[in-house]
Amino acid sequence: MVSGKMGPIVRIESVSYAYGDRQVLKGVTLDVQPKAITIFLGPASGGKTTLLRLVNRLNDLVDGTRMTGRILFDGQDIYAPGTDVPSLRRRVGMVFALPLPLPGTVRENIVYGPKLAGIRNKGRLEEITVRSLSQAALWDEVKDRLDAPANSLSGGQQQRLCIARSLALEPEVLLLDEPTSGLDPISTAKVEHSLFELKRQYTIVMVPHSVQQAARVADHAAFFLMGELIEYRAGTELFTAPRDRRTEDYVTGRFG
Amino acid sequence: MILSTKSPMNRHQVQRLGFVLLTCVALIVVIPIVLVIGVIVVRGVKAINIEFLTAMPREGMKAGGIFPAIIGTLLLTLGTALAAIPIGVGGAIYLAEYARDTWLTRAIRLAILNLAGIPSVVYGLFGLGLFVLFLRLGTSILAGSLTLAIMTLPIVISTAEEALRAVPTEFRTVSASLGGTRWQGIRHVVFPQALPGIITGVLLGLLRAAGETAPILFTVAAFFLPRLPQSPFDETMALPYHLYVISTQVPSMPLKMQYGTALVLLVLVLSINVVATAIRSHFRRRRQW
Repeated sequence: MVSGKMGPIVRIESVSYAYGDRQVLKGVTLDVQPKAITIFLGPASGGKTTLLRLVNRLNDLVDGTRMTGRILFDGQDIYAPGTDVPSLRRRVGMVFALPLPLPGTVRENIVYGPKLAGIRNKGRLEEITVRSLSQAALWDEVKDRLDAPANSLSGGQQQRLCIARSLALEPEVLLLDEPTSGLDPISTAKVEHSLFELKRQYTIVMVPHSVQQAARVADHAAFFLMGELIEYRAGTELFTAPRDRRTEDYVTGRFG
Repeated sequence: MILSTKSPMNRHQVQRLGFVLLTCVALIVVIPIVLVIGVIVVRGVKAINIEFLTAMPREGMKAGGIFPAIIGTLLLTLGTALAAIPIGVGGAIYLAEYARDTWLTRAIRLAILNLAGIPSVVYGLFGLGLFVLFLRLGTSILAGSLTLAIMTLPIVISTAEEALRAVPTEFRTVSASLGGTRWQGIRHVVFPQALPGIITGVLLGLLRAAGETAPILFTVAAFFLPRLPQSPFDETMALPYHLYVISTQVPSMPLKMQYGTALVLLVLVLSINVVATAIRSHFRRRRQW
């Protein structure tokens, strides 16, 4: 995205989505603003994770699904025929709920994406390793263990490694699906802290693992219920003065 | 109730009895293999010497060595590997990673299952018809290797497919999310993880091929050919067939020649087996998931 050009970086236009007979998204329309943290909030099976995975076409890997509507990234319909999906996924990165290091060392995990993208220069790869691990607030802890197996790190470190691995590609958008769900409070704080640093440079879309977390980090927040987008506003407003009764019930903890 | 309190045996005794019976059953499985190996080693070891392993057969195969049969079996195994590995592993990758559940893939799976159930002598006839006669390869190492390869394919495909499926789906998703194509994910993540399982499957398949007689009977094996094969289109002697010949077709054959040949074949096949087991356990310890 050309810097300075404002307006949404991702536009979701009346997207409906079904796994077989199960409708998980019903006509969702929503704009994601650049260089901010957008939160997809709501109880389980509201379609948040599915929507996240639609933005970088990861759900292409799932059989038997049906989608209508459009998703635009940087003005382009990403489901248009002829879209270069691997390059889309480099520009729209994803971090999953569970830390999933690839087999191999810390370093190999970081350089996996860049190498596939065609970067061979060792110095350049080293630079990427240092930068992305620093951005994910992990560098100090692993700088002496870059060649250790990635799964020898603690759970919290592994999850930050996964964030670093996505950042290695310098994506424009970073999709985070409950990135702290398996983490202890200290690791969670570290990840959240790094999010504040990251949003200066990246657009972040995140499914939080609690309402409290959502309230801590959200610039914009969308509330989903059973596949419908109920309310989408600036984070502070959604949490302090929700317009819809259902949103209010959820953020104040009456259900969910 | 069987285990009522009035039963003459208490639960503890029943437990012990069951344990003893099951142990006996398990031992019955071990006895034949120990006997087979024992008898062949004891009777065959006298035949083993440098001449036996490195010389051509002499005096109507009653003396001399079995060198051409050893080399023939090694060449046939190599030829089988060259044909079966690319096709088998490629097929497994297709089935495990690309194929969707359609009538076509179901038909392929059914075919593989049936291929595994075909008696080996039928493969021999098939090889004779297709490779030797129709494709005019003649009775040759090429025809024999291809016949053995077809027989080996089901084992290779099904073990390799299983090894690929055992690699967690998440690795494929992660690779895709980092901009990898499906093939790159397979090439760089899934395949290396599945490799030990695939190697094991290939070796087990080759093991079976190395020991088979019927498929090579009409396609490659020479009754008596006291020289080494000159090209892939040449006939060759092979251990299993040689063993069959000297055990049934040649009168007054010294017994130690037969047991010696059996011992060499057994050692060859078992050493492949040991290698397969060693690879499997080595990588299992290093597995990262």
